[in-house]
Amino acid sequence: MAEIQSLMHGFGVALTLTNLLLMFTGVTLGVIIGVLPGLGGANGVAILLPLTFSMAQTPGGATSAIILLSCIYWGALFGGAITSILFNIPGEPWSVATTFDGFPLAQNGRAGAALTAAFTSSFFGAFVAVLVITFLSPVIAGFALEFGPPEFFSVYLLTFCAFIGTSKEPAFKTLAAMMLGFALAAVGTDPVTGTLRLTFGSTRLLTGFDFLVAVIGLFGIGEILLTLEEGLAFKGASAKLNLNVVLQTWKELPRYWMTSLRSAAVGCFMGIVPGGATPASFMSYGVARRFSPDGERFGTGKVEGVVAPETAAHAAGTSALLPMITLGVPGSPTAAVLLGGLMIWGLQPGPLLFVEQKDFVWGLIASMYLGNIAGLIVVLTCVPLFAAILRVPFSVIAPIIMVVCAIGAYTVHNAIFDVWMMVVFGILGYLFKKLQYPLAPLVLAIVLGDSAEASFRQAMLVSQGDMRIFFSNTLVGFLTTLALLLLLWPLLSWSLAKIRRTSA
Amino acid sequence: MNGAREEADRAAIGKKSAEIIVAALFFAVGALVMYDSQRLGSTWGGDGPQPGYFPFYVALIICASSVINIVRALMIRADKDSAFVMRGQLKLVLAVLIPTALYAAAITWIGIYVASILFIGYFMRRLGKYPWWKVVAVSIGTAVVLYLIFEVWFLVPLPKGPLESLLGLD
Amino acid sequence: MTRFVPAAAMLAAALAAAPAVHAWEPTKSIEFIIPAGTGGGADQMARAIQGIVAKHGLMHQSLLPINKAGGAGAEGFLDVKSAKGDPHKIIITLSNLFTTPLATGVPFNWRDLTPVQMLALDNFVLWVNAKTPYKTPKDYVEAAKKAGPGKFKMGGTGAKQEDQIITAAIEQRTGAKFTYIPFKGGGAVATQLVGGHVDSTVNNPIEAVAQWRAGNLRPLCVFDLKRLPYKQKVTKDMAWGDIPVCKDAGLDVDYLMLRGIFMPPGVSQDQVQYYIDLFKKVMATPEWQKLMEDGAFNRTALVGKEYADWVAKEEARHVSLMKAAGFMAGGGK
Repeated sequence: MAEIQSLMHGFGVALTLTNLLLMFTGVTLGVIIGVLPGLGGANGVAILLPLTFSMAQTPGGATSAIILLSCIYWGALFGGAITSILFNIPGEPWSVATTFDGFPLAQNGRAGAALTAAFTSSFFGAFVAVLVITFLSPVIAGFALEFGPPEFFSVYLLTFCAFIGTSKEPAFKTLAAMMLGFALAAVGTDPVTGTLRLTFGSTRLLTGFDFLVAVIGLFGIGEILLTLEEGLAFKGASAKLNLNVVLQTWKELPRYWMTSLRSAAVGCFMGIVPGGATPASFMSYGVARRFSPDGERFGTGKVEGVVAPETAAHAAGTSALLPMITLGVPGSPTAAVLLGGLMIWGLQPGPLLFVEQKDFVWGLIASMYLGNIAGLIVVLTCVPLFAAILRVPFSVIAPIIMVVCAIGAYTVHNAIFDVWMMVVFGILGYLFKKLQYPLAPLVLAIVLGDSAEASFRQAMLVSQGDMRIFFSNTLVGFLTTLALLLLLWPLLSWSLAKIRRTSA
Repeated sequence: MNGAREEADRAAIGKKSAEIIVAALFFAVGALVMYDSQRLGSTWGGDGPQPGYFPFYVALIICASSVINIVRALMIRADKDSAFVMRGQLKLVLAVLIPTALYAAAITWIGIYVASILFIGYFMRRLGKYPWWKVVAVSIGTAVVLYLIFEVWFLVPLPKGPLESLLGLD
Repeated sequence: MTRFVPAAAMLAAALAAAPAVHAWEPTKSIEFIIPAGTGGGADQMARAIQGIVAKHGLMHQSLLPINKAGGAGAEGFLDVKSAKGDPHKIIITLSNLFTTPLATGVPFNWRDLTPVQMLALDNFVLWVNAKTPYKTPKDYVEAAKKAGPGKFKMGGTGAKQEDQIITAAIEQRTGAKFTYIPFKGGGAVATQLVGGHVDSTVNNPIEAVAQWRAGNLRPLCVFDLKRLPYKQKVTKDMAWGDIPVCKDAGLDVDYLMLRGIFMPPGVSQDQVQYYIDLFKKVMATPEWQKLMEDGAFNRTALVGKEYADWVAKEEARHVSLMKAAGFMAGGGK
């Protein structure tokens, strides 16, 4: 196996004392970045990019530089889950789906279990993705080339269809909330014609409504307001605080092997396309809810509901590095900065990188294994520490959370206007939650609305307005059909059951 | 004492009214979006949809759904109407919401750090009834930690006010 | 880290040439506004500059790149425009300096800013998939004409920005009609071309070079005024300098994109001079030379009145090109 040999060589490159030190530094920084909504993975990587610039010019330095930066990336992937579970505030877009079951778990006093499940699944997802990159990269590197505008649209459609359809909230409220998300996503520059939409001449609306501002407000501030009604305390504060919780959760996790494998597959697929970690987490959560025997009780605090999105997000985040290094197509803003880093250091991402820069590429792949192990160790040992945050009295931690949220909202566009918007979204979040308007479809629409519309209209430009393009080849036809099947699944399973009953 | 408790347990707003207000807000947003989409062109052009096509239909669905939601809210009979929020609850929520709004507004004038110190201080003193020394320690400590993380380590400049320029920190 | 002895000598020379004491020096960190998203060409250049400045200690204060990409870059330009007299803010521009106000009607113009330094001009190359039979731009344009209007698809980055303007210029010159499809980033555009989802692109050299070297793409011509000066072989048998100039190859279109630095309005000449000296030092470093060569940049670097004149001329050209193509705000189609 040539791959094993290359990989061993890669470990040789990556396993130096300096590099190991860089790994732990990177992961720790990444976790901090993931926890603070004001610092995205892209921020952290971008800030350290110039530092690595001089590193990259020493022999073997490019590998060290990418190890440092990619470990920040892993750390941020791990860290995003922490605030989602503890405070219902997703630090990163791909942790939104983690809040659905992670936060209820914490409220039930099982924050430690939720954190352990999230971290372990993240690791598992990443591990599967690295295996795929190690052994299958020549086969799948070209797969992304198959994806034109119609294929991308069908992937987004698939995400929506996998996620919606089984909402417990009133149908017309779900519809209204989701459409509001699409409308908010449309504010700003139209991606196809470049004209300004829905800005009403205001320069403040030019940037549109950023996902992070909406989510911090709707979930974070909204949740604090709701909590206030109940009195001044977070529920679940009496969480047990020792490392035993890790072992106990590990005993429970093998039960969800099917969900783990499925989610890892969804994640790898979405990473390689590259569709992104955020849609991957939503899609995986939706699919798990549909096919798990426990699906009905998702959203009330099921460990499986944390496993699904975290596995997929981390698998997608990891496998997204493949199209990045082989095609120069970044799967996320963080990957885009990493990509910029490669170019600044004089490495050209592309099909030849694997051939010309063997040391670098295999060093990077080896560091993915090591970096994720380092990450898992760092975050798991900190589980009791994180869970202990819940013990801080509400009247101390709540204003600090609000301040951190405000900083998070501000840093998105360096605009104080976004802090005001966060407060508005907070009030909306409070009202919606009380009146049973679901927030998840709204957020999904804000995240994907823009890309989905852009790829739909690109496809229409290609086909000159002919809808048949969504069935024009096997790949896109398969994806579109699968999406429609998932959308109609409740109807199908209902009629199947009926047929079975009448024939029996 | 007893009277005050009763007062706190009375509904501030009924669920019916809240439903109608929120659905009406949805309708207003939908109408606004439809209006602007018309301006952009909301038809299916020769090479696919125009810029306003999707927002227009999205807004149409918002308006249609909110009409249904309003109608359903109107059908709630008065004797079946439950409380949306109690007066006591609302008081607590507003006791946080109003300072939060003031905090967001104050950032422009006094910078995020000073505003954060005041906000955390108010929260701890007013709602937590902590002794002053704890209030001062936590609020200033938080601001210093945030300053170190954002400005010093990650080089993210946050809004500052007159105090920072006095201290030469901007 | 001091492996570049000749380069270091060069740098020392540049340092010695610059005046030792400045009439003005920054007293705090400098915000380096990037009116584009992370990972794009402008972003990469700004971060490379940040790295160079930090590595060689060219400045006592640090340079903080901040992305303000909203509204096709309008967010960044408006920010600088409103920071009247603030010497601790600079902005790197791309063609959206002209195209964004024209296409969206957002109120700003380059005259609202203070020109500092042109760093370089970015090149554009007409690329096709290597599997197609087209060898010259003429072949390709003829084939596009023959296929009928709108049948050939041109992929590009963004809407009504440089890529679409070049496409419009080609159409205006040749009478061929393309369907322009906007994508989010240069890497994605090149991938779409390799995957056969579009027929051609006008990618910057750096965005497509990897696929060129892998034998997936073929450059037909470069939109510069003369051949690129880079003689080192990029693929087995071709250097950047071997790509013909579009004008000579029968496609009379030229286009170069500004990579330049501006400051807010109302800053003093001393403050401008400080940055001119700073960038002079940056451009003398070996890292900058390598960046220029890797990206096959046109290395015109103007300052002062020459720079302002160049920008004014380029603005007039964008107005006429965009008017003819119907890209102006409020003009409809």
